[in-house]
Amino acid sequence: MTSSRARSIARWGIIVLVGGYLLLPLVAMAEFSTRGDFGTRTLGAYAAILEDPNLIDAILLTVTIAVLTAGGMLFLLIPTMAWTYIRVPGLKRAVEFLCLLPLAIPAVVLVVGIVPIYQILSRATRGNALTLAFIDIILVLPYAHRALDAGLKSIDVTTLAEAARSLGASWPRVMFQIIAPNLRGAILSAVVITVALVLGEYTISSLLNYDTLQVIIALLGQRDAFIAVAVSLAALAFAFVLVLGIAIFGAERRRSQPVEEPAT
Amino acid sequence: MTTDVASGSREGAGLAEGGAGSARARRVTPYLPMVPFFVYVTIFMLLPTAFVLVGAFQTADGGFTLENLAAIFGQGQFLQAFGRSIQLSVVTAIIGAGLGGLLAWAVATGGRSGWLRQLVVAASGVLAQFGGVMLAFAFLAAYGFGGLVTVVFKAATGFDITADSTWLYSMTGLILVYTLFQIPLMVIVFLPALDGLRQEWYDASASLGGSSWSFWRHVGGPILAPSFLGALLLLFANAFSAYATAAALVSQGSPIVPLQIREALTSETVVGQENVGKALALGMIVIVIAVMGLYALVQRRAGRWLR
Repeated sequence: MTSSRARSIARWGIIVLVGGYLLLPLVAMAEFSTRGDFGTRTLGAYAAILEDPNLIDAILLTVTIAVLTAGGMLFLLIPTMAWTYIRVPGLKRAVEFLCLLPLAIPAVVLVVGIVPIYQILSRATRGNALTLAFIDIILVLPYAHRALDAGLKSIDVTTLAEAARSLGASWPRVMFQIIAPNLRGAILSAVVITVALVLGEYTISSLLNYDTLQVIIALLGQRDAFIAVAVSLAALAFAFVLVLGIAIFGAERRRSQPVEEPAT
Repeated sequence: MTTDVASGSREGAGLAEGGAGSARARRVTPYLPMVPFFVYVTIFMLLPTAFVLVGAFQTADGGFTLENLAAIFGQGQFLQAFGRSIQLSVVTAIIGAGLGGLLAWAVATGGRSGWLRQLVVAASGVLAQFGGVMLAFAFLAAYGFGGLVTVVFKAATGFDITADSTWLYSMTGLILVYTLFQIPLMVIVFLPALDGLRQEWYDASASLGGSSWSFWRHVGGPILAPSFLGALLLLFANAFSAYATAAALVSQGSPIVPLQIREALTSETVVGQENVGKALALGMIVIVIAVMGLYALVQRRAGRWLR
């Protein structure tokens, strides 16, 4: 009795202390970004976000890159990974290894080696910042692979593919109209982690001199700390809602599955 | 199996033009759909890495040299940067693993599906993987000039922590700001290991008269030790590779290796040292690969009890 009581006290003590330590800077951001003149409170810094053309441009650019990255990632990974399940299981480990490799190659190292490739790319596209999607796809591979692999494991890919093929479906149709719809949950979490990583990406874009959201936020920090802190907090809050939404959605699905099962 | 053979020959005809008849084409065609992926990762990951590895041993006009590596070992600033990077990574890995491990335990004992757990996991994911530049601002909003902690602390004790502000942008500041993403990363990677500890083991230990301490000493500790060690290594690699937070915080000087690489990439390079950036990058790869290799070994052992 006393032992479980002590445990509960220790538990809440840790949550309050360590959690508080982590939350403190976020609270400080909220406090700092709402400061007005003479001790008043204002949301002026948040309103100013929408009036800063550089910031709006950067947000639009980064969101576009995020969409391209997510699309490219799905287009590259789903057929490849599904194919390792259907026909070439011997390559499953090789694909997994390559997808996890970015964890061992720091982004700041990758950018050093990718400079010559981007010189060619930017000459061909006149310095279009959307080409960042190419390298962002590499950065998201470890997380996207994990999400999609969990999805592929939970369905019977081979049977689905064989059934569809025997009814005359082409391979592209099998991939995108049969397998992909069955991976909805996995695709959703792969996309969310992709969008979050692209919105937060700074290393590559700043060293290749592209004005993405994080680069503009970092620049703003030297000019107007209040707006910079306001955007940062807004972006963190946005990412939090996104990630929490996926977690709750995932939990709902898991809970509803046993109910669905007898029906199938 | 029979349908497989039937559809295999049909798809062979579709993919390899006219080669359906030859046995060689039939052996190769199953691998064709894998080509785009391998080409893509070659261009955007393997090739750049190869450029770094080769470039580290090249002069500006492509000749072989050991000068770049010699510069790293010869010039104090580079060696010091590696020393500081390693120190920063070790210290924040230990703090992160300690505090993050405690927080993970506190959350895990609340059960697998509580609202608190979902909140903590989501917030940890955001801070650990999305923080970057924004954490530098969070740090300054709290501990910088006129920051919340600075103001409150001064009001309470009369001491201004920013009176000498150099600590904000030096190792002390970096350590503090790095804990803001290291602790959350620990929560994410250590929670699954804690979930593997079964209540039955605790009950069994208690029914044999074991105290809470003896449970951790003889059961929980040994089972979690490999996972904890693995998490420590992962946290080290994470801090060692991190760039964004430090880059946004420190605009003058380059105390750690990633910032030295920034300097090498952005400033006018000294003649004869064009490829020092690549040598620095090579040094980072060697250290991170060694640590991740150890991590993979430890992880295999950790998987034994955690099913």
